[in-house]
Amino acid sequence: MTERPSRWLSGFAALTYAFLFAPIVILVIFSFNDSRRVFIWQGFTLDWYPALLQNDRLLDAVWITLQVAALAVVGATLLGSLLGLGLARLRFRGSGGVQTLLLLPMVTPEIVVGISLLVFFSQLFGWNGSMGQIALAHITFCISYVAITVRARAASLDPAREEAARDLGASAVGTFRHVTLPLLAPAIAAGAMLAFALSVDDLIITSFQAGVGSTTLPIAIYSSIKFGVTPQINAISSIVIALVGLALLISWRVGAFRGPSARPVDADAEEGSA
Amino acid sequence: MSVPFESHGESVPEIRLSNLTKRFGDVVAVDDVSLTIGSGEFFSLLGPSGCGKTTTLRMLGGFDLPTSGRIELRGRDVTRDPPDKRPVNMVFQSYALFPHLDVAGNVAFGLRRRGVDRREAQQRTGEILDKVHLAGYERRRIHELSGGQQQRVALARALVNEPQVLLLDEPLGALDLKLRKRLQIELKRIQMDVGITFVYVTHDQEEALTMSDRIAVMHHGRIQQVGRPDDLYDRPTNSFVADFIGSTNLLGGTIEAVEPTSAIVRLNSGDRCVVATTGARPGQTIQLSVRPESIGISGANGRAADPPGPDYLPAQVEQVAYLGSAVQYLVRTHGGLGLTVLAGKNGSRFASGDAVALAWSPADALILGDRAEAVVEEAS
Repeated sequence: MTERPSRWLSGFAALTYAFLFAPIVILVIFSFNDSRRVFIWQGFTLDWYPALLQNDRLLDAVWITLQVAALAVVGATLLGSLLGLGLARLRFRGSGGVQTLLLLPMVTPEIVVGISLLVFFSQLFGWNGSMGQIALAHITFCISYVAITVRARAASLDPAREEAARDLGASAVGTFRHVTLPLLAPAIAAGAMLAFALSVDDLIITSFQAGVGSTTLPIAIYSSIKFGVTPQINAISSIVIALVGLALLISWRVGAFRGPSARPVDADAEEGSA
Repeated sequence: MSVPFESHGESVPEIRLSNLTKRFGDVVAVDDVSLTIGSGEFFSLLGPSGCGKTTTLRMLGGFDLPTSGRIELRGRDVTRDPPDKRPVNMVFQSYALFPHLDVAGNVAFGLRRRGVDRREAQQRTGEILDKVHLAGYERRRIHELSGGQQQRVALARALVNEPQVLLLDEPLGALDLKLRKRLQIELKRIQMDVGITFVYVTHDQEEALTMSDRIAVMHHGRIQQVGRPDDLYDRPTNSFVADFIGSTNLLGGTIEAVEPTSAIVRLNSGDRCVVATTGARPGQTIQLSVRPESIGISGANGRAADPPGPDYLPAQVEQVAYLGSAVQYLVRTHGGLGLTVLAGKNGSRFASGDAVALAWSPADALILGDRAEAVVEEAS
C-alpha cells in the first residue's frame, strides 16, 4: 500500500490542521509584535518576554501554577497508576462498569465538576479556596487520564513475565519493583505528563476553587484580558503552549501512545552462524 | 550424563506427583495424576491441547495450586510453596524475557534476586551464555535477537540458577520446523551436559520421541500411558496412545478362533486376520492397532493361487501419495475396510485402482486394552 495519498485528501488534512493551529500560530506571532495594540503588526520585538519578568502578578501566578501542577502530578500519578494497574489485573463482578465509570470525569462538563468540587469542599470542610484545594481538584480529574494510560499498558503485558520473575526467585514485591514497574514506566511517565499539561492550563475547575492568594496562571491571564489583551499575554501564552507541548512530546516519545511493543518476528537470518 | 530412571525403588525420586487434581470451576484440567520422575531424566508430558499437560507443569512450577494431591521434590513437599521458594525453573512458551533488560541482565536476574554478588553473577552468566552459544551477546537488547536466540536466552536464564528441575513449556513451539529440529538436538545435548532433570511439555509427538527418556501421554486430564519412546510406539496400551504416537490403523473385531499363541480375528468389515496373542477368548470383541509401515503390500497376482483367508487381505488401491522417503497408499479391502499402508519407495509401486494383497506379521497386530468405540466405527 505505498500508493500516494490523493491530492484532495492531503489538501483536506492540511486544511484541518490549519483550522486547528492557525489561532495558536497567530497568537505566537503577535507575541513578537512591537505594539501595545495587539492586532496590528508594527514590527518584530522580543521585548514582551523580558517584560514578563517585571510583572510580579504574573510571576506569582506562574509559581502557584507550578506548585499546584507538581502536587497534582504526584498525587494523580500515584493514585491513577495504582488504579490503572488494579483495573487491568482484577476481574470482579462489575469490573467492566467500574472501567467505564473511569471515563466519566473525562466527559463530564468541567463546569459541573468545578461546581461539585466547590460544593463538596466548602459544604463538607468549610474550605473557601486555597492552593491545596486547587491541587486536590486537579488530582481528581487527572486520575482518570493516568489510570486509563496505565491500564492500557498493563493489560497488554504478558503475565508470564511476572511469573518468570517469581520463578527466578523474586518475591512479590521484588517482582513489582524489578519487572512490573519498569515495564509500566513509559505509561506512568506519559500519564504524568498528561496530568501536568491538564493541570497547568485548567481554568474552569480551578476558578471555582481559587481563593485570595491562589491565582493560577490561566486565571491571571483570563482576568487580565478583561482589561484588554496585551502582547504580554501573548508572550506568556506562547510559553505555556511551549511547556505543554513539550510535556506532550515527552509523553509521546516515551512510547505509551505508540501501543505495546510487538514481539519481534522470527527473522532467523543469523541462526546459521550460531 | 543422563541415566534413564527405570526402577522406582527405594531411592527418593526427583519428582513425585501423587493424585494431583486441578479444577477450574467445573472443568477438571488435571485428573488424579500420579507420576515419579527420576534424577537426570528427560521427561515429557505429551498430549493434544487441553489435555492438562501445561497445567501439570504450572503446578510443578508453583503458578497454579492443585485442587488436591501432592507434589514432592526429592521427598520435600512443595505443593503449596510459591514459585520463588521452589528449586525449579521454567522456560516459558512465550519466553517471557524482560524487554527492559539486556541479555546479561535477563540471565543474571535469578542470581541477583538470590543474592549472588555482581562479579560472580557476571561470570556465571558468561559461562552459561557460552554453553548456549550466545557468548558476546551480553549487551544485546531482547528485541534485537531472533526467535531462536531469544529461546536460548530463556533457557540460559533458567539454567544459570542450576535448578534441581527445569520445566519447559513448549519452548520450541514458536520456531520454524528446521530450527526446531536443530534445537531439539541442542536441547538434548545441553540436558545431558548439565545433568538436570527436564520436564518438557509438548503436543508434538515426534519432538517428544526424539528427546525424551520417558514420556507420559495425557488426554482429558489423565495419564494414558507412561513409558520409554519405543514402549509407547511398539506397545501402546490403548487406542488413544496408539493413534497419538505415530499413526496407526485402528481395527475393531471379534476373536473367532483361538490357537496356543495366536488367534484369528474377524474384523468388523468381515475380513479376517491373525493376531499373536495368548489368553484370548472366542467371541471377545477387541481392537487392533496395525502400524502403516507394518503392512506388507504386494501385487494381487502373486497371491492368486493362495486361498483367500486370514493370511492376507485382498484390497484395492484408492490413493497414492509420494512422501519422499516412502510411499503412502490408502487402500480398501473387499470387506470395505479402509487402511493406510506405508511402503518403501524401492519396492514395487502401485497405482490407484490396482488390486493388491495386504499382509502383516501376527506380532505386528497389537490388541489394545480398551474402549474408544468411536474410533473403531470410523475405521470400519
